[in-house]
Amino acid sequence: MIGELGRSYRDGEVVCRQGDPGDCLFVIQEGELEVVREEEGQETLLRVAGKDELLGEMAIFYRQARSATVRARGPARVLTLDKRNFLKRIDEDPSLAFRIVETMSRRVRELSTQVVELRRALAARGG
Amino acid sequence: MERAARRDGLELGDGSRVAVIGAGPAGSLFAYFLLEMAGRVDVPLELDLWEPKGTFATPGPAGCNMCGGIVSETLVQNLAVEGINLSSKVVQRGIDSYVLHTDVGSARIATPLQEARIGALHRGAGPKDVKDPRWESFDHHLQARALARGARLVATRVEEIAREPDGRPRLGGKDGTARTYDLCVAAVGVNSPLLRQLEALGIGYAKPRVTRTAIREYHLGQEVISRTLGSSMHVFLLDVPRLEFAAAIPKGDYVTVAVLGEDIDNELVDRFLASPEVRRCMPPEWRLEQRSCQCMPNISVQAVEKPFADRFLFIGDCGVTRLYKDGIGAAYRTAKAAARAALFHGISEEAFRRRFQPVCRAIAGDNRVGKLAFQATRVARGFRFLRAGMLRMVTDEQRRPGARPRMSGVLWDMFSGSAPYADILARMLRPAFLGRFLWSTLLSLWPRRRTPALTEAP
Ligand SMILES: Cc1cc2nc3c(=O)[nH]c(=O)nc-3n(C[C@H](O)[C@H](O)[C@H](O)COP(=O)(O)OP(=O)(O)OC[C@H]3O[C@@H](n4cnc5c(N)ncnc54)[C@H](O)[C@@H]3O)c2cc1C
Repeated sequence: MIGELGRSYRDGEVVCRQGDPGDCLFVIQEGELEVVREEEGQETLLRVAGKDELLGEMAIFYRQARSATVRARGPARVLTLDKRNFLKRIDEDPSLAFRIVETMSRRVRELSTQVVELRRALAARGG
Repeated sequence: MERAARRDGLELGDGSRVAVIGAGPAGSLFAYFLLEMAGRVDVPLELDLWEPKGTFATPGPAGCNMCGGIVSETLVQNLAVEGINLSSKVVQRGIDSYVLHTDVGSARIATPLQEARIGALHRGAGPKDVKDPRWESFDHHLQARALARGARLVATRVEEIAREPDGRPRLGGKDGTARTYDLCVAAVGVNSPLLRQLEALGIGYAKPRVTRTAIREYHLGQEVISRTLGSSMHVFLLDVPRLEFAAAIPKGDYVTVAVLGEDIDNELVDRFLASPEVRRCMPPEWRLEQRSCQCMPNISVQAVEKPFADRFLFIGDCGVTRLYKDGIGAAYRTAKAAARAALFHGISEEAFRRRFQPVCRAIAGDNRVGKLAFQATRVARGFRFLRAGMLRMVTDEQRRPGARPRMSGVLWDMFSGSAPYADILARMLRPAFLGRFLWSTLLSLWPRRRTPALTEAP
């Protein structure tokens, strides 16, 4: 489609890699992205994000390297948001940070549910 | 002061009535943000969005807000963060590069991240000869968001505006509708006869200074456009008196030509379009007289000093906008600042002075720097050897992977409206930039065979 914004990624193509410097955010325009954590050669799927979702927002708060790899799950289209522009805009309009807080609270809620599920699974195994 | 305003009833509360005059980007975004934020803090408001063009569904001037239709890189990003993603139903072409055309050659400047970061679209349903619109109008897209939040469309022109004895604004429409409001937000742009009435209200408003521009639309068909102009915006730096800036913007089936400068007239537009530089980038079958639509709208060149008063706000073009570039981006910034100020700090002049004016000042201050940046470009445009140097520097930067895009970045940000003018001018004045420019200019004076070919096919 000639009217699409952002960049196209093929299935499995990496959008950002764990360990890379985090200097931008991503908004999914089309398709899905998966977030995977690589540790000691093992990959763990953390989550799958869909259309209109914001990713990589931790780059706004920390100057640390990316904590996970993000890659396309099927064909996807992603718009890159420039961290500097975003921070400048927040300086003029702090309410813009609301969306980030919203995204993060949704994620905390999802994680809490996962913790409960994992605890239950562990308890079931132990008992 | 803000507390005093609250005592005087100069604040928005349950059931307050708000009128927004004009549903261009400024009006619709203001309505959207105000209602969204009011919803979050549980303040039910009544908001009327007055717009004679209705839902912008009629092709041609009756449904169009005359503009180049470029949504800048920064605005695309800001809207995405706000949750307003522009899909390919609205964006007709994702722009991934610029081609700079001069009489000494052309050079392509790619977006910094090799992605389509700028949207080219039609503000209305498209030019006069559109039979079956394939894309959604941008102004309709934003208006629909405001209506979904609870704004009420009053599809008529405001013809009368007055103040009640208690200072509350009263609007009268062409269809006889009349209503009194707690707050009136003017977002009428700079082409409205209502501006004179707003000046006559005696609230200290004086409309912005404007100059005439020109826009023409040409139907070439999607396939031909993709093959010739591609997904690049074509920018022309030509030494033509009164011409500040001209661009050919590829859309879906049309190419929009926008000409900005000093009191543009038809003769100047024809002269520009007949130039070899334009002919070189348009398809061979294109004829300059076969246009689908043409308009000559005003553009603001000097911001309003005081775009607010008790119970009145002026946002977008009729208040303060950005000089020449990213006017829609400025409409977004002033609309959002106005909505936050009105909802959270009151609707008194004092509240607006403290909470709304800083954003207007930031834009107006940057415009003053912008005038200098445009003056510098004007100087470079006026001398052939400087034009050649500029082009040489861009070509070298784009050819060498890893080269710092000093000139490419400056021109990119200048034409796309992607960075504040102050940033751009600061980069122009850096010794490394000036040194490189001087060096490139000297190289371009060298005999041809020692310099790489400057011209690159668009
Ligand atoms: C030639 C040209 C090219 C441009 N190109 C670009 C570009 O590519 N990108 C960009 O970002 N900006 C561009 N701009 C600037 C951009 O058009 C404006 O900044 C933008 O439209 C401002 O939005 P607004 O909502 O303030 O006003 P407008 O878009 O002008 O909207 C005003 C609305 O008010 C309505 N109205 C007027 N009078 C009344 C009334 N009495 N009652 C009710 N409603 C009324 C009108 O019908 C209209 O819908 C360009 C401008 C020109 C002149």
